[in-house]
Amino acid sequence: MVTDPVIPPLLEVRDLSIHYGDKAALSGVSFDIRQHEIFGIIGPANAGKTSFLRAINRMDDFVPGMRVGGQICFAGRDVATVRNLYALRRRIGVVFPLPVGLPLSIYDNVALSPRLRGVRRRAELDQIVERCLTRAALWDEVKDRLTSLGSLLSGGQQQRLTIARALSQEPDLLLLDEFSIAVDPVTTMRIEEVLKELRNELTIVLVTNLVQQARRLADRTAFFLGGRCVELDATEALFSNATQQQTIDYLGGRFG
Amino acid sequence: MSSFDGFSSTPLEQRNNSVQQLVRLLFLTITLLLLIPAVATIVVLIVEGAPGLSLEFFLDKPRQNGAAGGIAPALVGTVWLTAGALLFALPLGVAAAIYLSEYAKDNWLTRAINVAIVNLAGVPSIVHALFGVGAFVHFMQFGKSILAASCTLAVMTLPVVIVATRESLQAVPKAFREACWNMGATRWQTIWKVVLPNSGSGILTGLILVVSRAVGETAPIMFTGAVFLRALYPSGVFDKTMALSLHLFNVSTQVNDVPRHVPFAVALTLIGVVLAMNAAAIALRMRLRGRKKW
Repeated sequence: MVTDPVIPPLLEVRDLSIHYGDKAALSGVSFDIRQHEIFGIIGPANAGKTSFLRAINRMDDFVPGMRVGGQICFAGRDVATVRNLYALRRRIGVVFPLPVGLPLSIYDNVALSPRLRGVRRRAELDQIVERCLTRAALWDEVKDRLTSLGSLLSGGQQQRLTIARALSQEPDLLLLDEFSIAVDPVTTMRIEEVLKELRNELTIVLVTNLVQQARRLADRTAFFLGGRCVELDATEALFSNATQQQTIDYLGGRFG
Repeated sequence: MSSFDGFSSTPLEQRNNSVQQLVRLLFLTITLLLLIPAVATIVVLIVEGAPGLSLEFFLDKPRQNGAAGGIAPALVGTVWLTAGALLFALPLGVAAAIYLSEYAKDNWLTRAINVAIVNLAGVPSIVHALFGVGAFVHFMQFGKSILAASCTLAVMTLPVVIVATRESLQAVPKAFREACWNMGATRWQTIWKVVLPNSGSGILTGLILVVSRAVGETAPIMFTGAVFLRALYPSGVFDKTMALSLHLFNVSTQVNDVPRHVPFAVALTLIGVVLAMNAAAIALRMRLRGRKKW
């Protein structure tokens, strides 16, 4: 993979550590995430993957007892020093393991974020809603019932609605936390196609416990285990010649 | 047994089954027994009170200290007092519940406030009455008035509004809030767009509780704004007023030569007002709940 040295990384992580009370969830993690790459993170439960995502958009504010040490720079700015957290979070879209269709209409789900940032004109909102739903591969299924409740869609549809909602923020960074856990394989493949296209416009951090998903999608992949980043390499290099025994064992299905 | 029958019961299973039938019957009987006082009250009220009901009874002013005539000023006064209590208790209670559920961190202050609310709910109404006399009649100089009585009722019902609203706010899944926060919504935007629209039923429960108690309570209003007899409709919040609950007390115990059916008719009206208001709120709540949201 060729990297352009002129473009600075979107995310710089330096000696990141995360604690919940006295319990360490992540320690000593350092790496860069480049613009327009899909950065995969694999690892078993309790590896610190989700905690890492939370730290990026400062959700630690909402989790009692969560402490973040070290440094995360987003677009050159240390997120710990950001005062306008709402602006930070708007630039970072998040998709959770379980789909969260808000109990609003499908239209309002996608229009919520534009409205929060002050878009009022109906025509403009219509355009955003159609564009985001189309990019999330959901438009054709829901275009005739935009007023029905988003929270009553099927799991796979709700997850695509969640992605559409994240895209409506016009984010620079999209965080996906095991998005396919509650989604059928066919929908998963459709979403994966969507993600491949989105790479042209934004940067994606893909946390997954399906190692093959990381292999299909990610440009580079990091292997987390027990709160540490064990190994990080271009995805094919990691899968074909991992250097750490733990990585080889995990990728070989010997634990996890 | 010649052929295999995997579904025949063993003696132990038979015994378990008879015990379970016995328990079911016992609890059913207890539940039905509990119905007796409720049904009996209503039946007695209807049988004894219905003959006293008439259009004049609702529209006339009381004569001979309530022994004759109607209950119109008391009915109107109760509506004033209840509306006043709602006006104070609902906004304040909902605001406090939103703070406690959505903003407050789990620290000693929040825990102290929660303990205080629970204790406030347990304070006897006569004590609230004394507080009302001191705080509203004298200190705030409202005098003995509808305003003072409404405020007293509001203070008395605040804890139930807070608890009911807080419970319904907490029933909205945390995931909805996190999804909103992740989008860069402020806490208030999240509350306004997602949390509050989905906790209407809890707020209505609070409303039902306020109405039921405000209509029925006697002690808190008799020192702060309700009077024995006043054949005038209230013209403002600084007027004194009659109230149904106090009027019931009076015609039952304080006035001589009251026809037998009058107290029952007043009681029937009182219960009718509470039930009608509750029925309206419950119908509204069922409409809100009827639409499955998630």
